[in-house]
Amino acid sequence: MAAVRRLSPSFSAASLRRILLLRPFSSSSADAADQRVLTVETSLPFISHKIDPPSRSVDTNPNELLSFFRDMSVMRRMEIAADSLYKAKLIRGFCHLYDGQEAVAVGMEAAITKRDGIITAYRDHNIYLGRGGSLFEAFAELMGRRAGCSRGKGGSMHFYKKDAGFYGGHGIVGAQVPLGCGVAFAQKYSKDGNVTFAMYGDGAANQGQLFEALNISALWDLPVILVCENNHYGMGTAEWRAAKSPAYYKRGDYVPGLKVDGMDVFAVKQACKFAKDYALKNGPLILEMDTYRYHGHSMSDPGSTYRTRDEISGVRQERDPIERIRKLILSHELATAAELKDTEKQVRKEVDEAIAQAKESPMPDPSELFTNVYVKGFGVEAFGADRKEVKAFLP
Amino acid sequence: MTLRGLGRGISIGKRCFSSFTEVEKPPMDGKPINLFSAINQALHIALETDPRAYVFGEDVGFGGVFRCTTGLADRFGRNRVFNTPLCEQGIAGFAIGLAAMGNRAIAEIQFADYIYPAFDQIVNEAAKFRYRSGNQFNCGGLTIRSPYGAVGHGGHYHSQSPEAFFCHVPGLKVVIPRSPRQAKGLLLACIRDSNPVVFFEPKWLYRLAVEEVPEHDYMLPLSQAEVIRQGSDITLVGWGAQLSVLEHACDEVAKDGISCELIDLRTLIPWDKETVEASVRKTGRLLVSHEAPVTGGFGAEISASIAERCFLRLEAPVARICGLDTPFPLVYEPFYMPTKNKVLDAIKATVNY
Repeated sequence: MAAVRRLSPSFSAASLRRILLLRPFSSSSADAADQRVLTVETSLPFISHKIDPPSRSVDTNPNELLSFFRDMSVMRRMEIAADSLYKAKLIRGFCHLYDGQEAVAVGMEAAITKRDGIITAYRDHNIYLGRGGSLFEAFAELMGRRAGCSRGKGGSMHFYKKDAGFYGGHGIVGAQVPLGCGVAFAQKYSKDGNVTFAMYGDGAANQGQLFEALNISALWDLPVILVCENNHYGMGTAEWRAAKSPAYYKRGDYVPGLKVDGMDVFAVKQACKFAKDYALKNGPLILEMDTYRYHGHSMSDPGSTYRTRDEISGVRQERDPIERIRKLILSHELATAAELKDTEKQVRKEVDEAIAQAKESPMPDPSELFTNVYVKGFGVEAFGADRKEVKAFLP
Repeated sequence: MTLRGLGRGISIGKRCFSSFTEVEKPPMDGKPINLFSAINQALHIALETDPRAYVFGEDVGFGGVFRCTTGLADRFGRNRVFNTPLCEQGIAGFAIGLAAMGNRAIAEIQFADYIYPAFDQIVNEAAKFRYRSGNQFNCGGLTIRSPYGAVGHGGHYHSQSPEAFFCHVPGLKVVIPRSPRQAKGLLLACIRDSNPVVFFEPKWLYRLAVEEVPEHDYMLPLSQAEVIRQGSDITLVGWGAQLSVLEHACDEVAKDGISCELIDLRTLIPWDKETVEASVRKTGRLLVSHEAPVTGGFGAEISASIAERCFLRLEAPVARICGLDTPFPLVYEPFYMPTKNKVLDAIKATVNY
């Protein structure tokens, strides 16, 4: 994917940094030169329910900081590009954008491995990228092309990546949480030391199946972490109008919970690390990520009829996850402002290239309409428009 | 009509299932409005005329995602028109309880694709309430409204047509309008009917279908199909948005000299077997068309019943032009849908059988 330039003999820190910034997704690359440990404090303390919260001090290193910046910039750029593509009618159907919430995706990835599972709802583009998905496949899927991650049959809401433990992209609100608990059960059964993060939103928190899944997970000590991405609006409904108790981290009652500043990538990383350790030993935990989305619920929602523009711009100024990392990098002098701008330009170029490639890629073959309804070669008959005329055996 | 199956030879009047014998054809005057406005008018009238009627669902307060409930909260207050949290099962159960206390509960399920968590409540609680309590209790005041059907870009979870699942449940009524004027009359009839009703609204037509709708209060009869066009060669039966596809097919095939009789079923259960049977006795051929997948769709019930009743009269097998037996696809929607050309093909094949 990336062209890694040969190291020049002079081995300057600057050239090293430039090389790091070229790598597409670099959540945990180890590099001898920049391994010094930096300690960062999370912006807010963790608030906990029936458990001792983890420490606010998070260890990191320059590599990680730079990679966080890059990864989140790619995610942000992707969502903004998807916005334009949707308006240009290259993406049709539904498109739910994640910009503003990047810290959750990136922070979570930093704390776990690709053998741990993540399952989420329909706001899944960036989670897919975080799991190692490529920009090309993401855009191809959005545009319904054959080369998309779900072969063009899923669309925006149904990104999957089996080899990286990403169990998708689900359209029905809340339905993915019991699924996540099932995945966790399988992990516990195989004793493979992995956990599953079942993500959902503040709207889904009021679904009955969540509580059913919670009870089962707690009863059987499943290594599942329920992550509520609380962006405070369920479509257009503010959380206080839909929930008697918007303290979603407490909703588990007998299941402990942690409230995390979801716009702070280090808080997310610390919480997920803590949660994974906990879940492997003791069973489920709820993480409430206090986050925010800049776009509306989906592309058909302007996002300004139920919240003020001041609120949106306020969050952008005070709590934007990418700006936070930028300030940290600049204050620790790990890169200059110009270099970070360069990175952003590179990211933009990368995204544009992926889009151009995806635009050229072919649509799926019409016969794909019938594939994968059942297991291949099962011999099930399907009927077309007229039962007597159009009959096919599903491939 | 006699209940032959029970072997008791009880004779029941023809309009036994519809509880009203109201105006059949509303006067033609009225302003041209679209489907969501017609439904909005019906809801305004329903709340105005019955102080114990309530409208609730996800996001209905500001007007709803399809604007069907605009102005209701402002006019009737948040005690009668209110938002619910995101929990379909809860909404349905709550609505059934409210209706059991003698209220008119008009619940909205935001998309028919989301109705499945509520399926247990509707099938096991609502449909059987009167029956299992020996008529002590009933939830007749329950009406569940839900947008259904393809919309061009809906994909798997914003395009489904689940009417067949509900047609399999005795105790429920399922009603589907084809146009704004029909929608207003049918919805008011459903709300005032003393049985639980599931009312599916074709979402593609919310803005697209514009018709002159009378402004006053009127109802259309339930369990009565309407013959929209008279014909002599083949009977076409459909409902909802599919009727416009069938109409275009009728127009085109008329150029080849085939005369089609077009019937809008309107109420799917209990359905008007007499009208369809009378038409098939006239034409000798039947074609049923719906968006839901063909296997197990409601067309199967119509086909089997008509085959039973009109076997010797039929000149050709009953044709069903329906969605394919796959999940509702995303990019393949044009291939999946029962389009006009598929209908044309089948009409010609049936007529030339």
